[in-house]
Amino acid sequence: MTDQMPVTSPVLEMRDVSISYSGIIPAVTGVDLLVRPGEIVGIIGESGSGKSTLAQSILGLLPETVKISGQKLALSGVDLLAASDSTLRNLRGPAAAMIFQNPMTTFSPLHTLGRQLMDLLWRERHLSTLEKRQMILVALQDVGLPDPAARLEAYPFQLSGGMLQRVAIAAALLMRPSLLVADEPTTALDVTMEAQILHLMREIRNKAGVSILMISHHLGVIAELCDRVAVMYAGRIVEEGPVETIFADPRHPYTKALFACEPALISDTAMRLPVIGGEVPRPVDVGCGFAGRCSQVLDCCSVLSPPWVAVHNTDAPHLSRCHRSAP
Amino acid sequence: MTIFVIRRVGLAAIILLIVAILLFSMMHLIPGDPTVVALGPRSTPEMREAFREMMGLDQPILKQLALYLGRLAEGNLGEDVWSRRPVLTIIFEVLPYTVTLALASFLWAVTLGIFLGCLAVVHHGRWPDWLIGLLSVGFVAVPSFVVALYSLLIFAVSLNWLPAIGAGAPGDIVGQLKALVLPSFAIGLGWVGYVARLVRAAMIEAMGENYTRTLRSFGVSERRIIYRYALRQALLAVLSVIAIGFGGLLTGSVFAEIVFSRPGLGKMTYDAVMSRNYPLVMGTVLVTSALYVTCMIIADVITAWIDPRVRSAL
Repeated sequence: MTDQMPVTSPVLEMRDVSISYSGIIPAVTGVDLLVRPGEIVGIIGESGSGKSTLAQSILGLLPETVKISGQKLALSGVDLLAASDSTLRNLRGPAAAMIFQNPMTTFSPLHTLGRQLMDLLWRERHLSTLEKRQMILVALQDVGLPDPAARLEAYPFQLSGGMLQRVAIAAALLMRPSLLVADEPTTALDVTMEAQILHLMREIRNKAGVSILMISHHLGVIAELCDRVAVMYAGRIVEEGPVETIFADPRHPYTKALFACEPALISDTAMRLPVIGGEVPRPVDVGCGFAGRCSQVLDCCSVLSPPWVAVHNTDAPHLSRCHRSAP
Repeated sequence: MTIFVIRRVGLAAIILLIVAILLFSMMHLIPGDPTVVALGPRSTPEMREAFREMMGLDQPILKQLALYLGRLAEGNLGEDVWSRRPVLTIIFEVLPYTVTLALASFLWAVTLGIFLGCLAVVHHGRWPDWLIGLLSVGFVAVPSFVVALYSLLIFAVSLNWLPAIGAGAPGDIVGQLKALVLPSFAIGLGWVGYVARLVRAAMIEAMGENYTRTLRSFGVSERRIIYRYALRQALLAVLSVIAIGFGGLLTGSVFAEIVFSRPGLGKMTYDAVMSRNYPLVMGTVLVTSALYVTCMIIADVITAWIDPRVRSAL
């Protein structure tokens, strides 16, 4: 036995993780999630499905009133459920770096970007200011930011959202993280910017081998970028599998409904746009959270929790949490 | 930046002009014949007529206004009714006392207030936060003249550490500083609580901003986030309130000045109003207005200096 971790050990491992606000209001229930080295995993779901809460729990960024419980929540092999504040602080950055939704508010409006990037490199105490500056310039160049030296003197409001998101990605990459958590990184950007940022993220994975956990409500983004996808609904992962099989053959009624609502997939002759009636409910203890909105609901759906079953059992299993998926 | 300051000064001049016009109209709205006030009730109609002519009161009102504004532009704020000395001279005699007191009070109060506000945020939700909250409310709630009286009783009368009244003899720096301690304490204490509350609230808001979450997600220490980032945003938020408060102090703190028998604008204005010394009242109002707008200009310049967005919009 050695302490050396095997090469295939996951970057992020969640087993039966539940998160609740003040211990009363559940946001996430019983989530199992695995991100392996070099893998891009997507989490898709509506607003309120708990995906952002899940993303922030990975870096321990949720407020103190939030309770996280479960069997395991491990980042680079370190269990966060038992980690002290200082352990957690040391993991932030090198173990997992995060990119946020709105690049316009990611940085302080009152400090130059150079000042802020310097502060993010607080770990590199052995480096001189000049060396750090050089590191930052290289990182900014790598993400394709034009004229990086001038940007260091600039304030966030002087840059566009797309440029700021590049700066944010550069900052994250400066940490040389094992995992990049991207919480809707392109939602606030226009379409051409979105394409460029997605391209950049794929490049990061291919060149640096960084694993990426991509949170999005945009099917196109997930299809474009991810290897595997987990569909989240009302705090639970209801379907998970390789992107190709899920997009080709969605099994959970919620996933099917979600795909039916994707504007790009709706036929031109449709008279009405398809919608999923109702709202996302709070996570439920009994039965299926989607039962109230499901068009294929069975009698057992509201009383029996649906099983987590494999629908395609290849080396990358495709799983669905539905009574109808059960054999 | 220079253009910005020039524009602000121009705006200030317009404000002062409006104040002057209002003052002038007020003088004419006050009931009673000014000549009777000046010459006494026993004066003959001929004497009053001569006086009216001498003072230009027989001229059309707009011409009077023009004359008044013209005198103001020359820096002539009129003469004291009783001593016949120029108003401006009298004001400039007491102004240094008021400015030093205001500066001393604010310097310690704002410094301590910001410090306590930060401390409360660092220990947010724990006992130091509660204690500072309690103290702040207490400081704000106690009127400054009560603080003045009690501190006078304890430190000047019982312990005899500090002088009870006066502002110190001219030239005696140590004596002047000693005389400054109790009044500035009495005036500043409320501001400590006020600034602490303001800073705490503004910091908590700043700590909830997305950018502090970014810093946290990179493992930047909470201390650095608070002192380097949140504090700057918080200062920006409380700056204008502090500037207005400072302007208020510059116009004099009547209570503290009366309790400590200290010369100052507040007490002088009070005396002038009580003795119907209108030229002196008008002069003080103009000068305090000028001090107010100066404070606001300085606050605007500091805001522009801290906030790059404001700076770029100039």
